Amino acid sequence: MTVEVSSLRELVEHASGTDQSPDTQEYFVNMGPQHPSTHGVLRLVLKLDGEKVLRCIPVLGYIHRSIEKISEHMNYMNCVHLTDRMDYLSSIMNNWAVAKAVEEAAGIEVNERIQSIRTIFAELERIQSHQLWWGVLGMDLGAFTPFLYGIRDREVLNDVMEETIGARLTMNFILPGGLMNDIHPNFVNRVKEFIAYFRPKLDEYDDLLTNNVIIQERLRNVGVLSAKKAVQYGATGPVLRGSGVAFDLRKDHPYGVYDQVDFDVPVGTIGDSWDRYWVRIEEMRQSLKIVEQLLDNIPPGDYLVKKLNSKIKIPEGRYYSQLETARGILGVFITSDKQENPYRLHYRSPNFNNLWCLEPMIKGDYIASLIGAMSSLDLVIPDIDR
Amino acid sequence: MEREALQAAVCQLGSAVRVLDENADRAAVVVEAAALPEIIRQLRDQPEFAFAQLLDHVAVDWVDRGQFELVYHLYSFKHKHFLFLSVFVPRDDPRVPTVCRIHPVAEWQEREVYDLFGVLYEDHPDLRRLFLEDDWEGFPLRKDYQDDFMLDRPK
Repeated sequence: MTVEVSSLRELVEHASGTDQSPDTQEYFVNMGPQHPSTHGVLRLVLKLDGEKVLRCIPVLGYIHRSIEKISEHMNYMNCVHLTDRMDYLSSIMNNWAVAKAVEEAAGIEVNERIQSIRTIFAELERIQSHQLWWGVLGMDLGAFTPFLYGIRDREVLNDVMEETIGARLTMNFILPGGLMNDIHPNFVNRVKEFIAYFRPKLDEYDDLLTNNVIIQERLRNVGVLSAKKAVQYGATGPVLRGSGVAFDLRKDHPYGVYDQVDFDVPVGTIGDSWDRYWVRIEEMRQSLKIVEQLLDNIPPGDYLVKKLNSKIKIPEGRYYSQLETARGILGVFITSDKQENPYRLHYRSPNFNNLWCLEPMIKGDYIASLIGAMSSLDLVIPDIDR
Repeated sequence: MEREALQAAVCQLGSAVRVLDENADRAAVVVEAAALPEIIRQLRDQPEFAFAQLLDHVAVDWVDRGQFELVYHLYSFKHKHFLFLSVFVPRDDPRVPTVCRIHPVAEWQEREVYDLFGVLYEDHPDLRRLFLEDDWEGFPLRKDYQDDFMLDRPK
């Protein structure tokens, strides 16, 4: 059997010019790579009939840095520092994913204190990520105020995390075998202050956007993704849960200390943009609940495993480890040949797989709906390209 | 199902399936390239497996053995079990049938592997470069790849 490799040019030329009717003409429009609503350098080639989207072809690679190839020349301790450049809004969770994979493969046990602090930071970062998503969703749909509100509240949380970590965006905090440093003495109190500050703000979010009739009109029944399609197209995280599949790694395969806390997994019903919106708003409430339960009883102990050699060697074989970031499952696949650097390190990034839900979701709908649907997917482009 | 039981059950699907004889941290089987779509379809449709999602697709370049290993990560929401399904293809003629008719997400996962490793997927509807430009030469994630801009050259 022969295999033909085509190019984007061939694809577009082949697909255009087929329609000769005088009243309507199908045409292509480039959306991006520099488009404000794609939140980065994502380029979509849209085939349109009037305002209707017939095809939506994502074109990637504008921010491809080949993190996987670079990692092959690094030891496991160094690989961690590249991961927060993938999904920069889930940087701590990305660090954790690699740390967890290496710990499981090399058989390193970490204490309860480390696990507890990791869980708190992961949940704080989930809130921070959803705050930005919420603001940006408002801005994409034409409301500027939510963006200012979202950034304002995210700033408060960023200050709290900065005190311990020292960075505001690409936060390097978790290492295989523990944490970079212990939490700041003020940390617990400041997080408590933040929770007291942010709870009423969430109700404000509801008043401003959730109960807003324009937002509801723009999101309800737009970009419907059935549960079956969500599974087939590789969706995970809030996108999958919005479609009604109650699957959350934090519940189904608990890691960290998620098995010791009480929280609910919000699930949508029909899988439209509104369901995905609601799932994320609800997740912020659940994350606050998780942090609150853990904050008062962080166990004592060291923040790093003692006598940890920076040149960790993993036995030969294939290892896979996964956790739930703000956008879905981040999987780390390590193939080791007993050296101190991985033979092959692969990241299963949540955004890469969620992106492909866009076309089935939007086919036949208007181009204005595409903006809302894309916003409800919450894509981070550096994570798609890696 | 427990790991050994799952491996044994999957191997019952036909003579094209056998247990992976190398170390892996979860259930792992090897399938012959020609039988791949049929096995993946049965794993998806048979209720005792119910591998509904193709979570990931990875290639590993075993340059010393002259082989590419293509790993399909399958996950079942129903039974909450996980399977590595490997296919070994020769490095000088890497071809494998596509599974994107069974798991649509494979269309793009396979394009990524084509882009970075040069594995050809037979019967793929839209085999194109994914990250790199269409006229890029070579496949960067192969172990023997070299270009003028690399800082770390293969030894």
